[in-house]
Amino acid sequence: MVKITYIDHEGTGRDVDANVGESVMEAAVRNNIPGIDADCGGACACATCHVYVDEAFLDKTGTKEAMEESMLDFADGVQENSRLSCQISVSADLEGLKVTTPESQH
Amino acid sequence: MSTDQTIVIIGAGQAGGQAAASLRLMGFEGAIHLVGDESAPPYQRPPLSKAYLKGQLERERLFLKPLQYYEDNAITFHEGVSATAIDRHTKTVALSNGDSLSYTKLIIATGSRPRALPLPGADLGNVFDLRTLDDIDVLKPQMQEGRRLLIIGAGYIGLEAAAVASELGLQVTVLEMAERVLARVTSPVMSEFYQKLHETHGVTIRTGVSLSKLTGEGQVSAGELKDGEIIPCDLVLVGIGILPNEEIAADAGVACANGILVDRDALTNDPDIYAIGDCAHRPLVHYGRDGRLESVHNAIEQGKIAAAHICGKPRPAEDVPWFWSDQYDVKLQIAGLSQGYTDYAVRGEPTKGSFAVFYFRDGALISVDAVNAPPEFLTAKRLLAAGASVDPEAVTDISVSMKDIMATALAR
Repeated sequence: MVKITYIDHEGTGRDVDANVGESVMEAAVRNNIPGIDADCGGACACATCHVYVDEAFLDKTGTKEAMEESMLDFADGVQENSRLSCQISVSADLEGLKVTTPESQH
Repeated sequence: MSTDQTIVIIGAGQAGGQAAASLRLMGFEGAIHLVGDESAPPYQRPPLSKAYLKGQLERERLFLKPLQYYEDNAITFHEGVSATAIDRHTKTVALSNGDSLSYTKLIIATGSRPRALPLPGADLGNVFDLRTLDDIDVLKPQMQEGRRLLIIGAGYIGLEAAAVASELGLQVTVLEMAERVLARVTSPVMSEFYQKLHETHGVTIRTGVSLSKLTGEGQVSAGELKDGEIIPCDLVLVGIGILPNEEIAADAGVACANGILVDRDALTNDPDIYAIGDCAHRPLVHYGRDGRLESVHNAIEQGKIAAAHICGKPRPAEDVPWFWSDQYDVKLQIAGLSQGYTDYAVRGEPTKGSFAVFYFRDGALISVDAVNAPPEFLTAKRLLAAGASVDPEAVTDISVSMKDIMATALAR
């Protein structure tokens, strides 16, 4: 189990125990985290699981592939630390990860 | 909303599951019954013909919510039970296990079923549909390297399955009655791209052919064409479209016409009955007409709409219909509905593996098929939502970015 904190646009944090191997999106959906709809179920097709990754974890969450980069380019409120949470795989390295959901997804 | 109300949802697919979850999220405090005839809680169907068929996802990862969710949220999930009749006068639903449920409001989310192959031999062994988790669980062990798979129908389901099967090392032949693959849903330029893509991966695609029957002793061993040609095979997959499960509504006198007729709030002609997802025939507000949508987007959206109406909340946004299909390493994203297009423009080179087809009806943009081209897809979604169009000439100029094209179009 890996602890992940999801912070909504109003600053409220929710802690979740994520399983190694699932995505940060899947852990959120399993636990009813608001602001992560993930309509396409993780196919990198819809950009409804956009999150901002806490700076301290940017290196550990891996790099964006071209498809994700391209989807994010058109998402609302994109920042340097934007990711699609369906494309971040949970590993032990991510213990304590904090991600924030954008206001546009609420 | 008072706590003595009861919502019964018939059908526990993506739409039914969404409606139940949205009701709770929106603060509904009464009883919720979710009745599903499958052997699993609501799950994602799209991966069935993709990652799940390929063996890359475990069963539980398809579930939209873990089983525990329903207990935690006081949603009574009736697993493996179907609704057999609706009595609108007593406001009750009869179930296949002999029970009956009373409802304050009823949501019909019965989905759709595969169109059956209307030919001799369709009931032979090793002839499969591709619709449910159980369908895949019996099919998957048969998908062994070297086996000959015959796929009937070159729609998205058939082609996605062909891609997986060829990656698993099966010898795949796809039969299509129309003159090109995906003929019902897309343009010739897309059909040609996908036909070539599959042929490059060793799949045999035969268009303009009619099957007359399947033959075999107990198990299927061949397909026979109208001209007498025999195509030997070990397995058959049928993917010739789906039909809405509207009978239970029609039998109760709820208005149906290729789906259960609903308004923008997903309400049927009975003020206490909603219909959502594949089974519903709904207003397509971006197109000024009605239709049935077979998609995840539609299931989720209508689930939210019905829940909002029941809870007295404003109607959630009606998005432009959208779809996707993954085949090999090619991601197709579709924004809007291209049916009835009068013209189209191609942006990019299909031979380079990334391009988009923009569809127009009498000069107005109605849809985009984007192949490995998210900017085109996402731009199209926004333009269609805003009711904006683009110049067909302008989109073919790849030296102008989609962001610039969008800015110009929105400023017009």
